[in-house]
Amino acid sequence: MADPMRIRAQAAGDKTTVRVLMSHEMETGQRKDAAGKTIPAWFIQEVTAQHNGKTVLTAQWGPAVSKNPFMQFVVRGAKAGDKISVTWVDNRGEKRTDEATVA
Amino acid sequence: MKRILLAGALLAMATGAMAQARSAAEGIAEYRKMLEDGNPAELYEAKGEALWKQKRGPKNASLEQCDLGKGAGVVKGVFVELPRWFGDTKKVEDLESRLVSCMAMLQGLDAAEIAKTPFGRGEQANVTALATWIASESRGMRFNLPQSHPKERLSYELGKRAFFYRGGSHDFACASCHAEDGKRIRLQELPNLTRNPGDGIGFAAWPAYRVSNGQMWSMQLRLNDCFRQQRFPYPGFGSDATIALGTYMGVNAKGAASIAPAIKR
Amino acid sequence: MKRTPHWMLAAGAAAVVTVVAGCAAMEPAYDYDKLVAEMMKASFRDQGIAKVDRLTQDAANAECSRALGEPLPNPIGKAVENANHATIRKPSDGKYLGNWQAGEKIAQDGRGQTWTDASAAAGAGGGNCYNCHQIGKSEISFGTLGPSLYNYGKIRGVADPASPDALPVIEYTWGKLYNAKAFNACSLMPRFGNGHLLTEQQMKDLMALLLDPKSPVNQ
Repeated sequence: MADPMRIRAQAAGDKTTVRVLMSHEMETGQRKDAAGKTIPAWFIQEVTAQHNGKTVLTAQWGPAVSKNPFMQFVVRGAKAGDKISVTWVDNRGEKRTDEATVA
Repeated sequence: MKRILLAGALLAMATGAMAQARSAAEGIAEYRKMLEDGNPAELYEAKGEALWKQKRGPKNASLEQCDLGKGAGVVKGVFVELPRWFGDTKKVEDLESRLVSCMAMLQGLDAAEIAKTPFGRGEQANVTALATWIASESRGMRFNLPQSHPKERLSYELGKRAFFYRGGSHDFACASCHAEDGKRIRLQELPNLTRNPGDGIGFAAWPAYRVSNGQMWSMQLRLNDCFRQQRFPYPGFGSDATIALGTYMGVNAKGAASIAPAIKR
Repeated sequence: MKRTPHWMLAAGAAAVVTVVAGCAAMEPAYDYDKLVAEMMKASFRDQGIAKVDRLTQDAANAECSRALGEPLPNPIGKAVENANHATIRKPSDGKYLGNWQAGEKIAQDGRGQTWTDASAAAGAGGGNCYNCHQIGKSEISFGTLGPSLYNYGKIRGVADPASPDALPVIEYTWGKLYNAKAFNACSLMPRFGNGHLLTEQQMKDLMALLLDPKSPVNQ
């Protein structure tokens, strides 16, 4: 079970700024370990974000994104108390969803 | 004419290097500002807080009764008063060695085994996460290590002498790099640790998340890697020399505000 | 003989107790040298090529450590410098200068002698010079722990390194590389020659970097 994301959603008027910190190794598949063996690729491929159940963001990621990725985006029309959820799926098929309440 | 040109060239080049050094420092500061809300150290803070409250070990107990210096279970403000003397273990302990003492006393985990475990693995990774969270509970507070117990004062004096201890293949001491103002290795600025180097600098900046290798570094790991680069032999985890150095740096940093857990290159 | 009144005995005892308590409140007289030696021995272990015997201090390291950052008083400092000067060995073939291109690579190389390095042999690593010194013009990533060496040979008027005029500078520079503590007892600079950190050839290449009129350092 992957470590939880840290999500903060702050409303300022019509715009809500959402900041997400994800815990993921984001291994490119290009690195070699001390024995010289290639470390297999393991990275987030898709990220989606939802506001009160409605998808507001979809992103396709690749191995260029570095470890423990940080993402920030703005949602219009959200207000305090609304739910923001973020889901990631990686190339192994593992996924994780975390939720936050707009402050 | 030639001399003026030479001086001018030297000045331009020195300014270029200075500008590079200054912009390197500014670049890091700007990067830090951008990531203020996104320091991966927070992932370790969350992990540490969960570990503090979780019942674990042969005794199936949490760490919530652990005394880190200000009473059982008190976590706020303890980070800026460590290392200090503890009556139950009869030792001056730093944050990490004290956490291990509590993990042993309260949870029944094996302290010697944890000390032998490499950084980032097994229970050592848990110690780092716990230390990161405890540090975050003192964010912004000012260092104020106690020096009331004779063993605390002795720890300071031994720490000072460890700081100036020259050895290894290159005759380096901590002081070789950290005893003067305004020096740098390549383009990396070096804090003067013989005195208060300022808010959020030196002792006040660790534990920290190192972006370059994606690792969470505690003070014990920071010291470990310092000794490696000093060409010293390997410092034991929580050894007296490492704790004494913490006392020396911490007392010198009296009044400096902690920014731990911080973010570093 | 009159027996001493109780109150006098009590007062005497109280006085003794006060004196003893007073002594305990003062710092004990610590043998710091002994305590530090014990602490360092107990706190470190062997790892890879970095062995605990590296913490055994010679006179230079012991005296400079004890001085806690202050310069050594004259007779002690001079004795350390003289002892270190005696270790300097001239190049076996009498030729001081090697190749400056090789020298630049050695100056850039910061590897060697840590517990993650494979070999402790002299020459397995580099000189790590740019960590502390400005040297060539084009390298702006340089440290400031040591003085700038830019235009080293030029400033000292070394037009022909082989000429007898240049010999004092040549010998001083070689000596400094071989054992910097010969000239400054508590020098921060590692002792590349007698410390078996660099080979003779590597030191000659560094000499060329600093003193060859064709080296970029002297342009």
